[in-house]
Amino acid sequence: MSVRASILAVLTMGECHGYQLRQEIESRTGGSWQINIGQIYSTLERLERDGLVESAGSNEQGQTRYRATATGSVEAQLWLTSAIEASPEARNELAMKLALAVTIPGCDVEKLVHAQRVQTMRTLQVLTATKRDVDQNDPAELPWLLVADLNIFNCEAELRWLEHIEGTLARSAARGLNPNQTLSQPAKRGRPTKTN
Amino acid sequence: MSKVLLELIDVQKTYGTGENEVHALRGASLQVKAGELVAIMGASGSGKSTLLTIAGGLEVPTTGDVRVLDSSLPTLKPTQLATLRRQTIGYVFQDFNLIPSLTVIENVALPLELDGMKVRKARKAALDALVSMEIGELANRFPDEISGGQRQRVAIARSFVGPRQVLLADEPTGALDSKTSEAVIRALRKRIDAGIAGVLVTHDAKLAAWADRILVIRDGQIVEEISNNITPEQFGA
Ligand SMILES: Nc1ncnc2c1ncn2[C@@H]1O[C@H](COP(=O)(O)OP(=O)(O)OP(=O)(O)O)[C@@H](O)[C@H]1O
Ligand SMILES: [Mg+2]
Repeated sequence: MSVRASILAVLTMGECHGYQLRQEIESRTGGSWQINIGQIYSTLERLERDGLVESAGSNEQGQTRYRATATGSVEAQLWLTSAIEASPEARNELAMKLALAVTIPGCDVEKLVHAQRVQTMRTLQVLTATKRDVDQNDPAELPWLLVADLNIFNCEAELRWLEHIEGTLARSAARGLNPNQTLSQPAKRGRPTKTN
Repeated sequence: MSKVLLELIDVQKTYGTGENEVHALRGASLQVKAGELVAIMGASGSGKSTLLTIAGGLEVPTTGDVRVLDSSLPTLKPTQLATLRRQTIGYVFQDFNLIPSLTVIENVALPLELDGMKVRKARKAALDALVSMEIGELANRFPDEISGGQRQRVAIARSFVGPRQVLLADEPTGALDSKTSEAVIRALRKRIDAGIAGVLVTHDAKLAAWADRILVIRDGQIVEEISNNITPEQFGA
């Protein structure tokens, strides 16, 4: 997630010091994103170097306040209004784990899928319970609701995917199809390579 | 402790005989208390609608018992069963089941009017239910003059108008977009919280997550329960 762009976006609204930025971003993402303070400061330094933010003096505690430059504001707007690219590191650890699991002997993949379904369903229940208690007409809850809904839809998608692959796994097992579960042989060492 | 309003005890249901025999339910048991919503999930053909129709007294179990409030449905006389179904059980059918020759509001008010409620009062209650489904303005149209999703919401309004104590809903949001589904489940949940016992059949995990318990049914058997007992720590997650 772009720490840099998020900092810029907050700074288009006014001056902030580092710690305040951290809090702003956290509360504006419904508490779902906590950035480490060191990362905030190092990012601010780079933004300053690149001419996207500038210092606006210090407060009584000696904390430097920052504001977005004109260029910085434009960049923030651009980020805020453009769709994100599906990143390859779209952290589908679960998919990686399952893909590996079907190729490793003795892994009970069905059990893994099932455990994941229950786990994801529980997460969905927690999110839903929290949402149920939120006053939908309170504008202060809006940011949280937006983030919560994304998480809810992600859980649902994951559950549908898990249900789907449960079928795929069962069909494949029924047809006796098994992915190769052995390690590929290291290339046979041929004749010693000629030196010279 | 809340009272158990609906109970299925080791219910089996077999359709057909000989080669055509289908074991739609193989010993399903279930208790639903006042104020509790139970979701039923499972693959197509796993027995969800069968379970619901039996709970609602629309089908008789082959073996086992069904108790609604304090009555055992299989032992009731047809007239007693009809009264119980009209007064106590709200049922949302998978295919809506609206009466085409009645307007939307007449469809919703019908069970109340059949029970002798004054027409004006019944229509007022029906309109309230329609408004809660955000379709108050469709009151005087006929079922074939509204959209599928709107028909679905009429069916839901009809299921919870009046003093129902048991609400059974079969895929009540199958024809709805997710925003409308959420409005519907919120309204449904509110009715349940007021002391109704509810069973919700759904393929949508987002909806099931509103229930207190999720039962997973496979080949006519309840194979799993995921309850929604959330600890305060989990809220911080
Ligand atoms: N009246 C009937 N006569 C014969 N078989 C029936 C009858 N009703 C249902 N069945 C069979 O009983 C099984 C369970 O059906 P049921 O309608 O309960 O499934 P379901 O879980 O509601 O499925 P879906 O998600 O598709 O609505 C199915 O195999 C179905 O074909
Ligand atoms: Mg069904």
